[in-house]
This record gives sequence, C-alpha cells and structure tokens, in this order.
Amino acid sequence: MALLKCENVTLGYDGEALIKDLSFEVNPGDYLCIVGENGAGKSTLMRTLLGLQPPMSGKVELGEGLKHSELGWLPQQTPVQRDFPASVKEIVRSGCQNRGGFRAFYSKEDKQRSDAAMERMDITHLANRCYRELSGGQQQRVLLARALCAAERILLLDEPVAGLDPMATGELYAAIGELNREGMAIVMISHDVNTALRYATHILHLGGATFFGSKEDYMRSGGARRYLRRKEGGHK
Amino acid sequence: MIEKLAMYLALPFVRYALIVGVLISLCAALLGVTLVLKRFSFIGDGLSHVAFGAMAIATVLNVTNSMLFVLPVTAFCAILLLRLGQNAKINGDAAIAMLSVGALAVGYLLINLFSSSANLTGDVCSTLFGSTAILTITKSEVWLCVGLSAAVIIVFVLFYNKLFAITFDERFAKAVGTKTELLSLLLAVIIAVIIVLAMKLVGALLISALVVFPALSAMRVFKSFLSVTICSAVVSVSGALVGMVISVLAGTPVGATIVVVDLIVFGAFSLIGSVKGA
Repeated sequence: MALLKCENVTLGYDGEALIKDLSFEVNPGDYLCIVGENGAGKSTLMRTLLGLQPPMSGKVELGEGLKHSELGWLPQQTPVQRDFPASVKEIVRSGCQNRGGFRAFYSKEDKQRSDAAMERMDITHLANRCYRELSGGQQQRVLLARALCAAERILLLDEPVAGLDPMATGELYAAIGELNREGMAIVMISHDVNTALRYATHILHLGGATFFGSKEDYMRSGGARRYLRRKEGGHK
Repeated sequence: MIEKLAMYLALPFVRYALIVGVLISLCAALLGVTLVLKRFSFIGDGLSHVAFGAMAIATVLNVTNSMLFVLPVTAFCAILLLRLGQNAKINGDAAIAMLSVGALAVGYLLINLFSSSANLTGDVCSTLFGSTAILTITKSEVWLCVGLSAAVIIVFVLFYNKLFAITFDERFAKAVGTKTELLSLLLAVIIAVIIVLAMKLVGALLISALVVFPALSAMRVFKSFLSVTICSAVVSVSGALVGMVISVLAGTPVGATIVVVDLIVFGAFSLIGSVKGA
C-alpha cells in the first residue's frame, strides 16, 4: 500500500480545472519531484495533498496508517516570518502541535523530539538564536526541523531552495537527500529540473502533457526533452 | 508629592482605577504581540469604533447595562473582520477601515439626533478619549473587569503554544491539524473583550496604542516570542501605572497620559535596540 495516493484527482479554483484526472502514488522511500511551468498547479496540488483544499473530484488517500497530522510540510516562507521575533527552539517545537489530543504545554517527549530534529538538521548550536537573524539556508533548516517534528515517514517540500545562494542550495539538497536515504519519502516541488533529475526516483510533470513515472522513463519521454530544452533556453 | 499620592490612594475610586488599568493593559499587551505580528495592528482601532457605535445605540435605546449590548456586537464584528481577512473579496485593511469609519459615523449621528444630554460634545469626547471615565468606575464594574481579565489571561496561557503556532505560520499549523478557525474565533472574542474593557481606560481612539506600543517596544530589544511577550506585559503594566499616577497628580487626561508614556518607552527601547544591534 502506498503512503500517499491520488486517484483521478481534478484540481482548480472557482469551478475552473487546473489539473485534470491526475493519478499517482508515493511509496515509502520514494523521492518524487513535481516539476512544471508556473501556474501549472504545483502548489495547488500540494495544498490538496495536505488537506488544506478539497479536490474538485477524485480522491487523495493516505495509506499505511499515515495520518494527516503526520505529513511534514516545508511551506514557502511568508514575508511575516522573515521579520519574526522567535527563537529557533520555539519554532521547531511548534511542529509538535497536535501529537494527540489537547495539551496546553509541550511534553518531555515533544521536547526530546524537537531536540532530535534540530540535531538531525545540524542546527542545535542555533537553538537560542533569533530566527530573523539567520541566513536563508539556516532558516530553511529550521523550518525543515519543524516539519520533522510532525513527520516520520513523508515530507512535502514547496520549492525549498527558492532564494538561496548556490552553496546553501547544495547543502540543503544534501540534507534532504540524507533524510531520503534514512527512509523518509520526499515529495518536492522544484523549478530546478537538473537537480530534480539528480536526486529524484520519480517525476511528476504537470502542465501540457502530464507525466508520472520513474525518472528513467521520464528521461526517455518526449515531454521531458522538450521541457528541458525550453528550460535551458530560458536560462541563457 | 508622596503625601498627595497617599491621599489619592486612600480613595476607593482611585484604587479601582489602578486595578482596572493594570489588568486591561496586561491583557492588551499579551494579545498585542500576536496582533502586531499577524498584521492586525489596526483591528483594535476598528473595533473600538464599532464599540463606540454600539455604545451610542445602547444610550439611545436606554439599555441599563450597556456592556451587555456592546460586548456581543463588538465580538460579532471582530469575528467578521478576522473572517474577511481570509476572504479575498475585500482586503483585511479595507474591511477594517470601512467598518471603523462607518460605525463611528453612525454612532455620532445617533447621539446627535437622539441624545437628551446637555453636554453632548463632552459625552462624545469622553467616550472617544476616555478622559476621566476610569475614575467613575463602580465596584461591580471592577469585578466584571477582574473576571473577564482573568478569563483572558487563563485562555492565553492555555493556548500560548497554539497561538504562537498560528501567529508564526497559520497554514502549517492547519496542515498538522491545529483547529485554526476555532482559534481565530477565540482570538476575535478575546480581542473584543479587551477593547470593550479598554474603552473605559483610554477611550475608543487610543486603544490601538495600548495594543500596539508595548509589543513594538519589546520587539525592538527581545528576540524570542516568550521574552517579547513577557517584556510587552511588563512594559504595558508599568506604563499604565506610571501614566495613571501622573494623570492623578497632574490632573492630565488618563488615556492620553498613558499613551504618551508608552510612546516615550517605545522611543527608549528603539534606542536600546539600535545600540545593541550596532
């Protein structure tokens, strides 16, 4: 059984469909990259996977006893957050919300969990630093650690390297790759097709001809070649 | 001067005013941090005008305990505003501006048309600027204020972690299963309670100051959410106390004095912040 399964899902706003009849699944240990043009519905799809927006038709299913509160999510940063007075520890702990019933305060287990997440992301030394004073790459690590507090088996990442310099980008991809090797399934929206092809095991291409399948099949498909060529052209 | 102060403190209504002032400023400061960070700084202003309008209607209708009418109306509008903020048809700030000016106009019009009071301008002025209203508080109003403030503080402490989560990242909180709509509703009701209480202290026009200044001052210097919240509470309570004592001794208007004290504190904190940052 897959961790996450989309069956004939149609997505869109105000009665207008962006994505029609989409089916795909994510299995334990998969690294799925979602690529496609702007406005193809990548972020809408992610919101639907998270249960924040209902699909127009079709269904999204969680398998293997996975609960909605166990989906680790790394959203794109908001302007509010960049200037937010909070310590790293406070933010990471907020990922432990709703681990079972109403509790006013974090339990010892929650604290251990968030400490472990910080350790994994190599930000323990920043625990008491102020979020707004960190570099972009460090901020993403903090948010990733927060996502780890909620997630054990699957992470959903929305353009995690947007706005980062090449060095920080490389480090963040390496950290995500490491999590994937430890068994975490990754679903990542990416503009950066080359990196997607380097790390991913599966590709979901939205917009134009929708494609879902393994990376190897994607490389062989005509749509991928056209898309890559357009991307390369755009960069020059 | 100390003798004069002791003399005033012996008067029950001065003591009532101090108790109420401390509690209201504490509540306002606690919520202020969340409101400022969520870009809702002006909700206090908007709602206080709504409360003014509701007060006018209550006066015209001769409602004996105006609080029982004003509070639900304000709470309703608070919910409306927070909901509208999520709905994109009318922008959050435009909605606040609309409601705020509309309620002010309707309230003033009603008082003008129907009030039998001889000193109309004085009445309006004291509702808008608080003036000496806080010194006319009765014992039952003090108890009501103590009860409501205690409720606000308890809710704040119990929901502190959740409030932090929805302030920092509402979408994430929702995705991991926090009931964000319910929390927004709760927040709206609490804000309404604070606004209605604070009208007595500083008047409808100056409420925003009570909500915004302590939080902004604290944010200049402190760097974690907890320390900002605590500092904001301390700044707010001491500002209110100092302001009230000055106004009692010097005979200045209570609300305006407190706000000016808060303003000076903000200036000082900004200075400390920039020195520390440099």
